[in-house]
Amino acid sequence: MASTTVPVTTPHTAVRPAGAPRWAPVSFEDRMATVDFRVAPQAHITVDNDVCKGCPAKQCVTACPANLFVPTSDGGILFNYEQCFECGTCYLVCNGEGAITWSYPEGGHGVVFRRS
Amino acid sequence: MPEHAPDRRPTRVPSPGSYDFDAIVVGAGPAGSAAALVLARAGRRVCLLERGPFPGSKNMYGGVVYARVLDHLVPQWWEEAPVQRWVTRRATVLMTDHQALTVDYRTSAWGEAPYNGATAYRPDFDAWLASKAEAAGAVLVTSTTALGLLVDDATGQVCGVRTDRPDGDLTARAVVACDGVNSFLAKEAGLYPHTEPDHFTLGAKEVLALPREEIEKRFVLSGREGADFEIVGCTQGIPGGGFVYTNLDTVAVGVVVSLPGLAASGKRPEELIAGLKAHPMIAPLVEGAELKEYSAHLIPEGGYDTMPELVGDGILVAGDAACMCLAAGIWLEGVNFAIGSGEAAGLTVDAALKAGDTSAAGLAGYRQRLESTFVLKNHRKLRAAPHLVLSDRVQTRYPALACDLVEQLFTVTDPLPKKGALKAFLQGRKRAGLKFSELARDAWAGLKTFG
Repeated sequence: MASTTVPVTTPHTAVRPAGAPRWAPVSFEDRMATVDFRVAPQAHITVDNDVCKGCPAKQCVTACPANLFVPTSDGGILFNYEQCFECGTCYLVCNGEGAITWSYPEGGHGVVFRRS
Repeated sequence: MPEHAPDRRPTRVPSPGSYDFDAIVVGAGPAGSAAALVLARAGRRVCLLERGPFPGSKNMYGGVVYARVLDHLVPQWWEEAPVQRWVTRRATVLMTDHQALTVDYRTSAWGEAPYNGATAYRPDFDAWLASKAEAAGAVLVTSTTALGLLVDDATGQVCGVRTDRPDGDLTARAVVACDGVNSFLAKEAGLYPHTEPDHFTLGAKEVLALPREEIEKRFVLSGREGADFEIVGCTQGIPGGGFVYTNLDTVAVGVVVSLPGLAASGKRPEELIAGLKAHPMIAPLVEGAELKEYSAHLIPEGGYDTMPELVGDGILVAGDAACMCLAAGIWLEGVNFAIGSGEAAGLTVDAALKAGDTSAAGLAGYRQRLESTFVLKNHRKLRAAPHLVLSDRVQTRYPALACDLVEQLFTVTDPLPKKGALKAFLQGRKRAGLKFSELARDAWAGLKTFG
């Protein structure tokens, strides 16, 4: 079957715009989907929102590598424990006395790394 | 700073009439497995407790195992350890946002027994080392979290752990806490006077899939040869560093950043990795690679001066739990220090059991053992390094100065005459805003620390 379409080629000399990513962007959801989590029935993190409401910094929000902490419109923090790396960053950067209490999930649960 | 770890106190129990084990080792990482291996070989009844479904499942690192310390524990370990690649190419890179100055060393000698460094997946490597302890007779119990310590009501000495299994109290004459960087057990035992966020860094890593031949082409490797790049100046002004290393069919790219620095920057860890991947030196190495696993872990980088008390009544601390990671410029090591400290802990407990005294006094030989080996010898010698390495000068201004200097020397300026190296250096110093007194002080500190 003859084709009249001219094959589209990218010239090797093509200049990539500065800062353009050379790989397909990965959404945060897809990023976390690469990690195996065996979610425990009970949360191993607790957050006292009354303390969070008085915290101007909320450093847990940006520092948590799993992005588990989300500020709410009333000044509090919404969190999920299910995709936690169990690293400990959140409680160490937390400024508020007793705002984040953190322990390990029940044995056999939580993150299961494979290629780390 | 406020403490947010669970405020746990040991559970006081009546003196156990008989003990379930001679020793309980909490955490089957490299420290715990080394301790359990030594104890099991000495004929002790030892329990190796692991909260993950298998050893290594909670563990993550920045890429290279230096396992010389295994030579006498597991002779010919290189023939059986689950290694990805043998590092034959090691580079230290000083980076700015558009420049890179690299010391790139390679030797075929590191690609032959007895080898130097290896890349490995920790879930494979740690499970393998734990299997050696198991084969020697240690009882490996996985999927079990130690909730806290048991303390003998009569003596005040640690005599076991409470686990999250039904009827899960386990008793022993000694507990070896190898429970990792957050070590709740060492804290519960009162061995940590204080924990500050600036004693820690956060490591975040992407493992990216590429065909094996493609990795070998891009990194100029063959067979099982591997590359390891360690980078300073790539963390967008946050104190820390970055790394790139090769596995068999994946490339790992990651950053390590100071915890307070990260928190204050408002930047997210994955953005820092994206920045490193977009650097003109790194981008061609990872182009088109598919994300296979994202991971993160804390690193106890504070060094010698931030270590806890290493011994209490009935308890010893080893590995990350005792801040045994060495992060000192060109030396970035942890697994070897974990194994070395775990081995010393195991030997100490065995000797204490023999002498019938596992109190703090009976276990005091642990520190002496560590002081007489590379573990605390290196840590003590390099105690000033973490502070120096994480300073703003070493982090951003020296890389910029070095890159600018080399750029000036390598740029042909015709028809203008060449600039001398000294002149280029002096101009670079000015541009980088470095005082002579700072240069002199850092040179002296560097010489004293690393010399």
